[in-house]
Amino acid sequence: MSALFEFLLRMGDNTLVLGHRVSEWCGHAPILEEDIALANTALDLIGQTQMWLGLAAEVEGKGRTADDLAYRRDVIDFRNCLLTELPNRDFGHTLMRQFLFDAWHKLMLTRLCDSSDERVAAIAMKALKEVSYHLERSADTVIGLGDGTEESHAKMQSALNRLWPYVGEMFEADSVDDLNAQEGVTVNPSELRADYDRIVYDVMSDATLTIPDSRFAHRGGRDGSRHTEHLGHMLAVMQFLPRAYPDARW
Amino acid sequence: MYAQMIKSEGGKDPSEMTPEEVRFQARIDAGEKIEPKDWMPEGYRKTLIRQIGQHAHSEIVGQLPEGNWITRAPTLERKAILLAKVQDEAGHGLYLYCAAETLGVSRDDLTEQLLSGRMKYSSIFNYPTLTWADVGAVGWLVDGAAIMNQVPLQRTSYGPYSRAMIRICKEESFHQRQGFDIMMKMAQGTPEQKRMAQDALNRFWYPSLMMFGPSDAESVHSAQNMAWKIKINTNDELRQKFVDQTVPQAEYLGLTVPDPDLKWNEERGHYDFSEPDWTEFFDVLNGNGPCNNERMEARQEAWADGQWVRDGLMAHAAKKRARKMAAE
Ligand SMILES: [Fe+2]
Ligand SMILES: [Fe+2]
Repeated sequence: MSALFEFLLRMGDNTLVLGHRVSEWCGHAPILEEDIALANTALDLIGQTQMWLGLAAEVEGKGRTADDLAYRRDVIDFRNCLLTELPNRDFGHTLMRQFLFDAWHKLMLTRLCDSSDERVAAIAMKALKEVSYHLERSADTVIGLGDGTEESHAKMQSALNRLWPYVGEMFEADSVDDLNAQEGVTVNPSELRADYDRIVYDVMSDATLTIPDSRFAHRGGRDGSRHTEHLGHMLAVMQFLPRAYPDARW
Repeated sequence: MYAQMIKSEGGKDPSEMTPEEVRFQARIDAGEKIEPKDWMPEGYRKTLIRQIGQHAHSEIVGQLPEGNWITRAPTLERKAILLAKVQDEAGHGLYLYCAAETLGVSRDDLTEQLLSGRMKYSSIFNYPTLTWADVGAVGWLVDGAAIMNQVPLQRTSYGPYSRAMIRICKEESFHQRQGFDIMMKMAQGTPEQKRMAQDALNRFWYPSLMMFGPSDAESVHSAQNMAWKIKINTNDELRQKFVDQTVPQAEYLGLTVPDPDLKWNEERGHYDFSEPDWTEFFDVLNGNGPCNNERMEARQEAWADGQWVRDGLMAHAAKKRARKMAAE
């Protein structure tokens, strides 16, 4: 597996898995405007998935398509970070997860706009516009709910506590990152951490939320070494039709 | 259609009308649009709230049967298309609630009425979507039937409602097309897919015909609503139009409409077809459709679970206002 292919899977699986999670809200959000906004976020993420996994399939050169990669791989071949596969739980938890991802996503895409691989830079530029908007929205909602009622504050604090241990993985570099960074395809994600911490600090201050002290990080998603139990259930749903009717075209 | 059996609050004989009411009717007859600030009979206002509200609720509850398949859409493209479609329906709900608000009722108020069962939504959304072909059938038949009703409603007498319809109609043709496109893939696919397509048509044909409501040629409610131009065609006219349009499409797909008496009538220039089972229709309206409980529960849960979110965001907005005032 080439380092470039692996990197593209990481990008595309993040957006695929998170897009799927967000799409689960469709028709069930607490406010009509939020229903529309969540569908919009999911739609953007699925669109980005088509680009990342499309390029991954092309780079791999084995005749697979983006759909093959999305619908015919099992858990151990997925490369999304763990944060994105965690279940929605309540609306506050969903938006906290979104914010923690969006902040990383925007920083990453900003750097990828300068990628030495023009195809990567082109996708990043297109996605960056969408993700900047996602970040604005998720940050506003985290602030609004954190600095809302006592109840909403408590729910947002517990969402942050619960999700914080999944943040660190997004910044951990391995040999795949090193190789790609040497080629100028991508940056070493650890370089993004300082900027990330500043963004998160500012938003959590406005939200009157306390960032947990610990830097403990669950890992195993982006290298596929140990996903959570949640991913398999998501894939069982998502991949049902292509798996049950392998010869069908849709 | 999304507003069924709308009871009219009017029904006055012209000889009993006040001068204001006569002038009002004359404006409608002249094709003028009534705007929120204009004088209007109380019955017109109430009937419109009922109709637009029911239409809005249908858009919102209508997200659920298709939403049921978003997480199982079989390709990335299908998932994106379906998400966009269901998102459009939420947007339609929003336009319509806004139109209703111009009549002096709030969105929250309408929502409470839906959740307590005092207001209805279209019977069609109480049917389950069981296979992927159902997603195709809903777009093809349900959006198809909705278009039949919504296109003429663009000319309705109430300005905000008419403008909402114009925006909605722009998006509806894409909805129907994506549904038909799914049906096409299914009908031309593997034997299993073809079977799903036929089964979906079997299950959605009569419920789609019911969307137009029972015959209202004799109904005084219907006559008044037509005089007010908040209803443009009779239920039978629209149903016939729908059948005439849909039967050739089913033939093109190679699917069989589940009506042994369906036949082209050369003399009338229309298809003859069987009436749906109106007992079933009234059962569904009275809460005994296959999914009434699930649909209402889903909306009630979304509303109840979202209470803390709405409260939190409102409290934050109030704090922000207060801080701004203090700073000034
Ligand atoms: Fe609609
Ligand atoms: Fe529609």
